Amino acid sequence: MDTVFHSVSLDKEKCLGCMNCIKRCPTQAIRVRHGKATIISERCIDCGECIRICPHHAKSAKSDPLAIIEGYKYKIALPAPSLYGQFNNLTDVNYVLSAFIELGFDYVFEVARGAEMISDATRKLLKSNSLKKPVISSACPAVCRLIRVSYPDLIDNILTLNTPMDESAHLARKEAVERTGLAPEDIGIFFITPCPAKITSIKSPLGFSKSEVNGAIAINEIYPQLLNKMEHLNELKTLEQAGKIGVGWASSGGEAAGSMCERYIAADGIENVIKILEEVENEKLNNIDFIELNACTGGCVGGCLQVSNNFVAKTRLKTLRKYLPVSVNRLDTDEIPDEMCWDEKLEPLSVLKLADNVTDAMKLMNQVSEMVRNFPGLDCGTCGAPTCRALAEDIVRGYASIDHCIFRLKDEMKSNDMSPSELEKIIPVPFRGEIDEEKLKWT
Amino acid sequence: MEVIQLHYDVNANDFTCAGEASGKLKRELKRLGFEPDVVRRTAIAVYEAEINMVIHADGGAIDASISPECITVVLKDRGPGIPDVSLAMREGYSTAPENVRNLGFGAGMGLPNIKKYSDKVDIDTVIGEGTTITLRINTAPAEN
Repeated sequence: MDTVFHSVSLDKEKCLGCMNCIKRCPTQAIRVRHGKATIISERCIDCGECIRICPHHAKSAKSDPLAIIEGYKYKIALPAPSLYGQFNNLTDVNYVLSAFIELGFDYVFEVARGAEMISDATRKLLKSNSLKKPVISSACPAVCRLIRVSYPDLIDNILTLNTPMDESAHLARKEAVERTGLAPEDIGIFFITPCPAKITSIKSPLGFSKSEVNGAIAINEIYPQLLNKMEHLNELKTLEQAGKIGVGWASSGGEAAGSMCERYIAADGIENVIKILEEVENEKLNNIDFIELNACTGGCVGGCLQVSNNFVAKTRLKTLRKYLPVSVNRLDTDEIPDEMCWDEKLEPLSVLKLADNVTDAMKLMNQVSEMVRNFPGLDCGTCGAPTCRALAEDIVRGYASIDHCIFRLKDEMKSNDMSPSELEKIIPVPFRGEIDEEKLKWT
Repeated sequence: MEVIQLHYDVNANDFTCAGEASGKLKRELKRLGFEPDVVRRTAIAVYEAEINMVIHADGGAIDASISPECITVVLKDRGPGIPDVSLAMREGYSTAPENVRNLGFGAGMGLPNIKKYSDKVDIDTVIGEGTTITLRINTAPAEN
């Protein structure tokens, strides 16, 4: 499985090297070096937290421009259900779907349709009692990647079904071949994405070797053009083919509600996801059947490529869903088609362990503990690592040195001829001892 | 032979921090690259024992000793002691007070789970003095 590609990337020009992203990253995948953030590729789960927090907009998602669709004879848009929550006073999804046609797409396949198929398959699988409980949703790729990096023993709890995006792409291509008679490769399928994690899973899919999606256009990039088309629509077409359940996947709790099981948990926001995964690992949630986890607060409406506030979007979707049928898309048979299921096992990515064998790792761990005892424990970030502990681990791995800690550097400088108060001034103000001549306000 | 000693203090009746020590230990074991099954069993057994300390004893101390071959964890408290260990070992038997059960604890699975997930458990308990639980988890072969 390809682990090198990431959609989250850094614009070095814009990066000031501040500490915001290193503190926010849930897998401690970012360090600041030479005034710029650097992402440790194998640790990054593409959750987009750094994109969200960067005050300088130096982090972004590598998505495709609208022009990418021109490379294909037949162009299909795959809008995520959360897109519908981005428009004020939208009462009819057909306005959004028709606008895609006027933007140059030949067809629109709602991801909400694929979502309803996955909901149906999930219901059948949960009823069959053949899954390891609690079943963890595979819909959020950032969560799957987090599990692979930090909770490898929970891999077997992941529902091995396609994401709604991949399911929709698969169905859209199949339908389009039948409808148009074109060769499958002439059909271009483009996901209208709320987040970078989905973009990454197109290039390096989880659970199968190749994605049916040909490109990903970010919601915030296509939004102005889409809105313009919606406001000056030539023809309102009836294209809508999904119900409450499919559109419900846009917000946290929607997928779980669609699973129709009573004992479920829906947690959103990466720190809450982590808390729930810890509880599953400790076997505290064995009485739960299904767990929906979304890395973004509020679910996909909280994706970092959205334009509207996630709480506002959620309320809009509630209104929109009121007039929809419950569910429109179902499996034809009781059997779950093979194409809907993963064909590759998700392998753990043990990037956090200190060494390849336990004995070596233990030696390094003892060094780490010794170092941590001598660090101030302030997690100030001035070394470029998120915590003192992370710096110590970087040092034993050979990626940093002890004088990256300004407090340790000060200790080393004691032997030279600086006066104690001059020496103290090396330390940033919040951590500095009192210096006589220094008159600071608020002290 | 390389050994790692870790020490954690557990506060009495502090439910917001309950599970913190076993959580920290779990993270260390993952960093050391132990098999997921070893990490999981240790984490659950120590978590249960830690929660018992919080609920029943006035807190206590956890000392873990980690070698490539086995993980030994000593959980020592100065609580009331366990009057009938075999009864306490029974699944579903719990003496946790109502307010603790309302928090979702006290299912009577603490000691049974400790026994289930450890390879060896010693319970040394004296009424009025305290309880020391020593649990051992054999690790998978250290070499990959």
